[in-house]
Order: sequence, then structure tokens, then C-alpha cells
Amino acid sequence: MSLLRVEGLGKEFGGVQAVENLSFSVAPGTVHSIIGPNGAGKTTLLNLLTGIHVPTAGGIYLRERELTGEPPYEYAAAGIARTFQNLQVFFNMSALENVMVGRYRHERCGLVAALLRFSSLARAERACRDAAGELLDFVGLGDYLGVRADAMPYGALKRLEVARALATEPQLLLLDEPAAGLNPTETQEFDALIGKIAGRGITVLLVEHNMRLVMGVSDHILVLDYGRKLAEGTAGEVRANPRVVEAYLGATVH
Amino acid sequence: MPGEPMSAQLTQYLLTGVTIGAIYALVALGFSIIYNASHVINFAQGEFVMIGGMAAVSLIGAGLPLPLAIVTAVIVTALVGLMLEKFAVERARGAPVVTLIIITIGASILLRGLATLIWDKKLHPLRAFSGDRPIEIAGAVILPQSLWVLGIALVIVLLLSWFFGRTLFGKAILATSHQRLAAQLVGINVRQVLFVSFGLSAALGAIAGILIAPIAFTSWDVGIMLGLKGFAAAVLGGLGSGPGAVVGGLVLGIAETLSAGYVSSAYKDVIAFVLMLAVLFFMPSGLLGKRSTERV
Amino acid sequence: MAAFAWLASPRTGGLAALAGVIALLPLALTNNYYYDVAILVGLNAIVCVGLNLLIGYAGQISLGHAGFFGLGGYGSAILSARYGWPPLAALVAATAAVGLVAFLIGRPILRLRGHYLAMATLGMGVIISIVVSTEDGFTGGPDGMSVPPLTLAGLVLQGERVWYWIVGALVIAAVWLAQNLIGSPTGRALRALSGSEVGAEVVGIDSSRHKVLVFVISAVYAAIAGGLTAHYSGFITPGKVSFFHSIELVTMVVFGGMASTFGAVVGAAILTTLPQMLTVFKEYEMVAFGAVMMGTMIFVPKGLVPSLAMLAAARHRPAVVRAIGSDR
Repeated sequence: MSLLRVEGLGKEFGGVQAVENLSFSVAPGTVHSIIGPNGAGKTTLLNLLTGIHVPTAGGIYLRERELTGEPPYEYAAAGIARTFQNLQVFFNMSALENVMVGRYRHERCGLVAALLRFSSLARAERACRDAAGELLDFVGLGDYLGVRADAMPYGALKRLEVARALATEPQLLLLDEPAAGLNPTETQEFDALIGKIAGRGITVLLVEHNMRLVMGVSDHILVLDYGRKLAEGTAGEVRANPRVVEAYLGATVH
Repeated sequence: MPGEPMSAQLTQYLLTGVTIGAIYALVALGFSIIYNASHVINFAQGEFVMIGGMAAVSLIGAGLPLPLAIVTAVIVTALVGLMLEKFAVERARGAPVVTLIIITIGASILLRGLATLIWDKKLHPLRAFSGDRPIEIAGAVILPQSLWVLGIALVIVLLLSWFFGRTLFGKAILATSHQRLAAQLVGINVRQVLFVSFGLSAALGAIAGILIAPIAFTSWDVGIMLGLKGFAAAVLGGLGSGPGAVVGGLVLGIAETLSAGYVSSAYKDVIAFVLMLAVLFFMPSGLLGKRSTERV
Repeated sequence: MAAFAWLASPRTGGLAALAGVIALLPLALTNNYYYDVAILVGLNAIVCVGLNLLIGYAGQISLGHAGFFGLGGYGSAILSARYGWPPLAALVAATAAVGLVAFLIGRPILRLRGHYLAMATLGMGVIISIVVSTEDGFTGGPDGMSVPPLTLAGLVLQGERVWYWIVGALVIAAVWLAQNLIGSPTGRALRALSGSEVGAEVVGIDSSRHKVLVFVISAVYAAIAGGLTAHYSGFITPGKVSFFHSIELVTMVVFGGMASTFGAVVGAAILTTLPQMLTVFKEYEMVAFGAVMMGTMIFVPKGLVPSLAMLAAARHRPAVVRAIGSDR
């Protein structure tokens, strides 16, 4: 059974078909990439897969449970987490707190308990703090614990979003152009990080432009063009596909 | 009024409604122009209305002939608007919404306070432009001043649509409202655009205040309700839309007088806000506004 | 050093400092008038602490909170004066009713953002104030109505000295509850909301539900303060429900410091006492108020307490000051 299944998915914005009749599935435990020229609908697709946009056609299924039309917090509850191309970091909080927010689903507390500060809350807070600290170490941000997010460098912020997403204990992690704006060293570190995440059994869906990263890390690649599926398969298959080469027109694949 | 035929009464309400609606439309245009230039809602817009009326009263009291007093009052108010933009709004460029809201609210309170010091807290009438013998139209009665209101409002709306549609500067203002960054990149001085917008909106407010002063009198706090209702009219028609401001103003004025006449005059002032809330809840882009989608 | 660390925790340290100020202040209050001002400060502080949760922490705005204040006050006044309810029961019932109203209005109104939200809350506040002024059968109209004093177990609670301690205790309770909420996962969710709403949503936070929650809580704070004001003064007028009062409240929060509970208290204290001290210059009150509002937002946009804290932190770096400056 696939982890994620997308069936006939479509999204229209005032006459423009951003995504059209898209069907694919993602097997659990794989690293799945989505590539395509600019405007191919990749970010729209991610927004659809996290409930930020509501599809105008088709359906989204996680372990065969339909999520189409649900609000974003339901997608999160079902086990889908994501990072953003335009960072949505909580700049008014520290790195640790950013990740602690990610634990929200796992430490819901009643209003009365919050207002009256039951002692169970203090224990839960400490556990949350520890879990968040562990995740910051995992992504390599152990030095940034108490640092305010607005004082952190760009590369660190991208990893912070990953830590926050991992805090939700997702089954599926969507990464939206994680390598954008990173230098080659940082990109290599991200490559390793994705490997570590996959090693934890989390399925990764990656939207990327950086071909080296994509070809190196992916088990399966989906190519989009004008919102439609152009090709899919392994890295080798996709690289050899003439339609893919044509669509990219001059993009060299190393 | 008892004994009056229904249609005469209706005509009366409509005439009154359109007159006050024209005033709301002018105030609403002021809101829309500034909103377009900066996405700021200028809570001090009502105070421009007040300053225009009060200044005109003072100048006439000082002996100036009516036309000169009017022009001077409008210029003075426009200067106040320009100063507000230069010294307050510009300094807060890029600040969050709450900040900007508080600044313009603070400005409106400051201006009201200054008004009580410069003038007083009394009601002041302005001499009607061409006398106050009522004219009869279709069994209803209209003041000559109302005709001035409608006439001048119409002229202004036509002038503005020529300005925004045909002149380079007007188009520059519109371009800034649609896409600020792009406008900057093609060489439009967006700071100047904002500056002029405030002056223009202040002038519009002043004209509205002067037009209505002979009918409804003017005082230090006349700007509060007119400002709020003008905003309601702008939202009703679609914030940022010029035609929307006019439509919203007229609709609001007529709705107000009709409900005051046929339903309850005690709750006349509530209509504007109920309509505004209804629009904000069910049709936030207003009657004529553009629907926008937000990109994440 | 250990004592310093204890003091550094804003919960215990700040709260202790506040309790200390409240306990010792009567030494400086030499007549009933000063007590009255102090009580007024306390009542405003309660509203502001609640409003700060909405504006400072959740990143929303309300220009109509005097409406909730007034509904709490008038509700309690009408139930006790016109229907003979025991005043305490009236106060509780009125507060519950306001909470319900806030819940019902909250869902649709909080779908709006920024300026639209500001105007919608403003409209809400103005509608409430017009209704209160017009329904003079219930409310006594523009002249207001008289309100019976609070009674507790047969004891009539009247007079400045008695009320000082009541309000003082309630201010501490209000701050304590707010601090607890802020430090909880729910509080973190609220702060995340103001950081990035979509970022919060994708980690599973139902933003709409949270916004309504903090809206209701802030409305309840305002209603309680309104009811208490009514029973303390023995009188309530439509001025308490006015747009201007709403603006005063927002100014106190913003001036004192957003996202700072103690900032809200300080803002309430300064902006309540200042007009009282300037009664000699009554005519300049509006000019001064307007100038304060504009000046604060232009020069000290973060508000007084956080800005002072940042200044002090830049020089000394003690954890205490930074901690009190913003509740985290």
C-alpha cells in the first residue's frame, strides 16, 4: 500500500490550471522528488498536499484515508509535515521554541490546566524542551538553542524548519526547495540530512531545482510541466527521457 | 409626515439620502486614495472633513469672501494632510498594521484636541452658498445647498476619473497601488505618490466638510462619525475602488435615510456599521472591489 | 546568585514585585482620591492584560473592547438594579454572557485580518455603544444608571480602601493566569500564530480556534473589569462603552509594551494616572493623548517596557531585566 496517493488532482486559479489531472503515489520509506521548470506547479502541489489550497478536482489519500478538503491542521494531524520555500519561521521566538511549537500535536493541554498551571504541565514542558533540543542536535543546530530566530543565518533557518517539521513526528515530510539559497557545502550537508531522515523511516517528498541533490538522493522522481505529469521513474530513467530533456531546455544534469 | 403621499415621502428620503450619500462618497474616496497608495487606513480622514468646515467658518468670520474662504480652507487642510504624511506616516514605513492604525488614530485625536483649542466646542453653521430657500421637486423639498453638494461632488468624481485615467501622475498612483515594487522599478517615486495622495485625500475631505456645513453644521467632533461612515461606505463599495467609493457612499446615504424614515430614527447611525460588518463578513471585497487570492 | 535566578523567572520574580508594589502602595496613598486613582489603574490593568493576550501575543487587534467592558458593566448593572439579582451573581452572569457573545462574534470576525479586522471590531464596538445609549429603558440612556454595590456573604463592599485590596488581588490573579497561559503549549501556539499563521497551521494548530479562544478570554477579562467598575462606582455611563475608551485601552497596551504582561500593567498605570495628574490642563488632554499615541508608535514601537528592557540588557545583560521585558 502506498503512503500517499494522489488521484486526478487539479487546482485552478481564476482560469489558470496550476495543477491538472495529476496522479501519482509515494511508497513508504522512500525519498521521492518532484522536479520541473519554474511555474510547473510544484509549490502549488505542496500547498495542496498540506491543505493550504483546496483542490478543484481529484483527491488526496494518506494510507487510503481521504484528506481532500480538510484544513491544514488536519493534514498535520494525519502525519504530513513540510518546510517552506519562503520561510515561515516564527521569528518572534527562539530556535528551541520554534521546534517546541512543532510538538504541539503531542502535548495538547486543556485550557484549565494551562491557566492554573497544573504540575503535570511542568513535567510535560520539560519533556517537550528535551525533545526539541534533541531535534535541534539532529539537524545540526545544537548551538542555536536559545538564539532568537531573527538572529540566525539563512542556512540555519532552513534546517530549523526541518527540525520543526520533524517535531510533529510525521510519516511524510515535504521539503520545498530546501537547497535554494544554499552554497555547495550547505547543500551537501542537506543531502546528508535527508539521508538521516530517511534512515529514521520517514518518507520524504522533495521539491527541488538542484539536480545534483535530486539525482543523488532520490529513489523515485516525478517530473512536472505546466501542472501536468511529464514523466516519472528512477533517476536514470528520468535523465534519459527525451521529453524531460526537452522541457528543461539547456538545464545540464551532472 | 402624515397626509403626505407615499411617493412624495419616498422622494424626500431619496433626495436627502443622495445628498448625504454624496458626502460619504467624497470621504470614502479620500480613504480609497490613501489605501491605494499605501495600504494604510487613515483614521484621521474624518478630521480633514472637520478642519475644512471649521477653517471655512473662521475665514468667513474673518471677513474673507465665500469663494476665497473655501479655497483657502481646502488648501490649509491639504497642508495638514501633507504634514501628517511627512512627519508621521512616512516615519513608520513598513511598520506592522497595528502601529500604523494607532498612529493615524493618534493623529485624529491630536487634530481634534487642537481643534478645541484653536476654535471651540460649539456648533457652527456655514452660510449656504446660494441662499436657503427650499426648492420643490416632485412634491419633495430640497435645499439649494443640496444641489451644490450633488453638483460639486459630480464634478469632483469626473475630475478624479480623468486624473486617474488620463494623466501620467494619476496612472502612476494607480500603478503604485497595484504593485508597489514594480512601480518603483519603472521609476515611479512612490514616496511622492504617498505624499500627494494624502494631500489629495485631505482636500477631498475638506470639500466634503465645507459642502455639508451649511446643512448639518460643523464642530470639533463632526469628523468622528463622518469619518467612520465614510470608511463604511468605502468598504461597502470595495476598499480601494474609486467607483466603489461613490456607489458605497450613495448606497449608504440612501439606506440610512430610508431606514431612519421607515424603521427607526433612533438607530440611524447603526445602519452604516451593520452594513459594514455585513460586507466584511460576507463580501470583504465589497460591491465593486476585486477579489484577490493570496500566494503562499 | 540563586536568589537572582529566582527573581529572574518572570513568573515568580515579576509577580512578587507586583505583589510587593500593591502591598506597599497604600503608604503613598494619602487620601481617598489617590485610592480611587489606584483602583482605576487596577481595573484598567485587568482589561489591558487580557487585551495584550490578543494584540501582543496572538497578533490580532481589537478596536472595540470597550464594548465588552461596557456589556459586562451594563449587564451586571441591569441584572442587579432592574431585576434585583444579587450583585455577585449578576456579575458572573454578565461575564458569562459576554463570553458567549465574544464566542459567537469571534468566529466570523477573526476570519478577517489587519485593517479589516480592526474596522470590524471597531464597528462591533460602535454598534454596542449606540445600542446602549439608545435603549434607555434598560440602560438609562446617555445619562447612565446607578448600580447597587457588591455584596459578599451579607457584607456590603463599598469604599475605596476595601476596593483597593479587592482590585489589587484581582490584578495579581489576572496577571498570574495570563502568565500561565503564555507559558503553556496553548500560549506558545498563540505566539506562533502571530509569528506565521501558515507556519502554525502546518504543525497542527487550528488557528481559527485559537484566535477565538484568546478573543473570548480577553473579552471575559474586559467584562469582569467592567462589572467591577460598575459596582465600585455605583454608576455606569455610555462613555465607558465608547470608541474613545476602546482606543484608550489599545493605547495602554501598545504603549506599555506588546507581548509583555507587565508592560500592559505599566501602560495602564501610566496612561490612567497621567490624565488624572493633568486635570489642570484638561483642555490639553486630547492633544497630549494623541501626541503620546503617535510618539510611542513612531519612536518606541515596541512599547515602553520591552524597549527599556532592551536598553538595559544592552548595557548590563542581567537575565532579570530581559526576562521581565518580555515574558519569555
